[in-house]
Amino acid sequence: MSTTSEEKIRRAIRDAGGVVDLERAKREFSARAEDEGLLEVAYASVDSPFGEMLLAATDRGVVKLALPTHAGRELKPDLVLTELATAVSPRVLEAPAKLDPARRELDLYFEGKLKRFGVPVDWRLAKGFTDKVLHQVARIPYGRTLSYGEVAAKAGNPRAFRAAGTACGANPVPLIVPCHRVVQASGDPGNYGGGPEMKRALLELEGSLPASLDARAPRRRSRGATR
Amino acid sequence: MATLPPFQQLLDEHGRDVLGFLVASVGPSDAEDIFQETLIAALRSYPTLKHARNLRSWLLTIAHRKAIDHHRAGSRRPLPSGAAEEVGGERGALDGAIEAAANKGELWRLVGALPTKQRSAVLLRFAGDMSYSRIGELLDSSADAARRNVHEGLRRLRGELA
Repeated sequence: MSTTSEEKIRRAIRDAGGVVDLERAKREFSARAEDEGLLEVAYASVDSPFGEMLLAATDRGVVKLALPTHAGRELKPDLVLTELATAVSPRVLEAPAKLDPARRELDLYFEGKLKRFGVPVDWRLAKGFTDKVLHQVARIPYGRTLSYGEVAAKAGNPRAFRAAGTACGANPVPLIVPCHRVVQASGDPGNYGGGPEMKRALLELEGSLPASLDARAPRRRSRGATR
Repeated sequence: MATLPPFQQLLDEHGRDVLGFLVASVGPSDAEDIFQETLIAALRSYPTLKHARNLRSWLLTIAHRKAIDHHRAGSRRPLPSGAAEEVGGERGALDGAIEAAANKGELWRLVGALPTKQRSAVLLRFAGDMSYSRIGELLDSSADAARRNVHEGLRRLRGELA
């Protein structure tokens, strides 16, 4: 038999899959996996005013929210999913319906209509001091801010303001655990995983951008000019 | 513990091949059910895998086993619709039908209509890219027998495709 015929067979077998709707079969599988208790990390891509985000949940709650950019780099869903496969479970499947409640809350939040997230959080990706800091961060109400030092103090170590900053940067579930509400002691918003502009926009949305910064007209003008 | 990729990645990379393997193996009407069974079985044992090498061949091995179980259960005709009667019929009368099937992109129906061992061997060899010794293991026979089955299957197809 010639190589071309073998290649023909190879291709024919591959093409045979085309007679069944693969995408539908994949969705069906994801639903079955959940019924069988085999869906350990469900994820979905979620739109936001800042760009596309990736949301992932376990049966305990939202375990990961990856912002459109992190530390200046554009979101790479594959990397986030690989991290989840390693840190949580390799049983990772796309299952948008599982993320609907969190997605709805995020939509409302961005519209300014939700002040407090109700979806449960799975904290397992936050370890040690980060976990302590983020539990304090989770208690900061909408429209309020704390300084890094204040958060460090609440987490049990007033001098660890740098570590508190690191902890916020390592927040696996930003927005829902509102690390954007932790700002510099000067009142300047400071750094943010999703970028300083996103942080400023979130604080503006919540009406908590310090008045002194709002009043800095030249800075605002120059920001406007770069857009 | 092994570093395994997210299961969704396997599904996205190999789902189509697994489905094609099953359509050729059990026919289009049962393929989706067996596809689901295959993937559920794979997902169930996935975290216990010792390494992430050759996950495609791992999936196709499970698909092969599920297809064999399905054939053994024998509740339905094992052969894809149409092709069975054609291939089993008078040779001279069906060359035209086979040619037409191949031209219509339905060569897989002919693969599906091969005798069980030949069908499995051809599918594992060409969809699974497996070695003859591995195919021999999966068919409870030897590498030589696997090679013979592949060649007999191919000869049959060649005779009908030339």
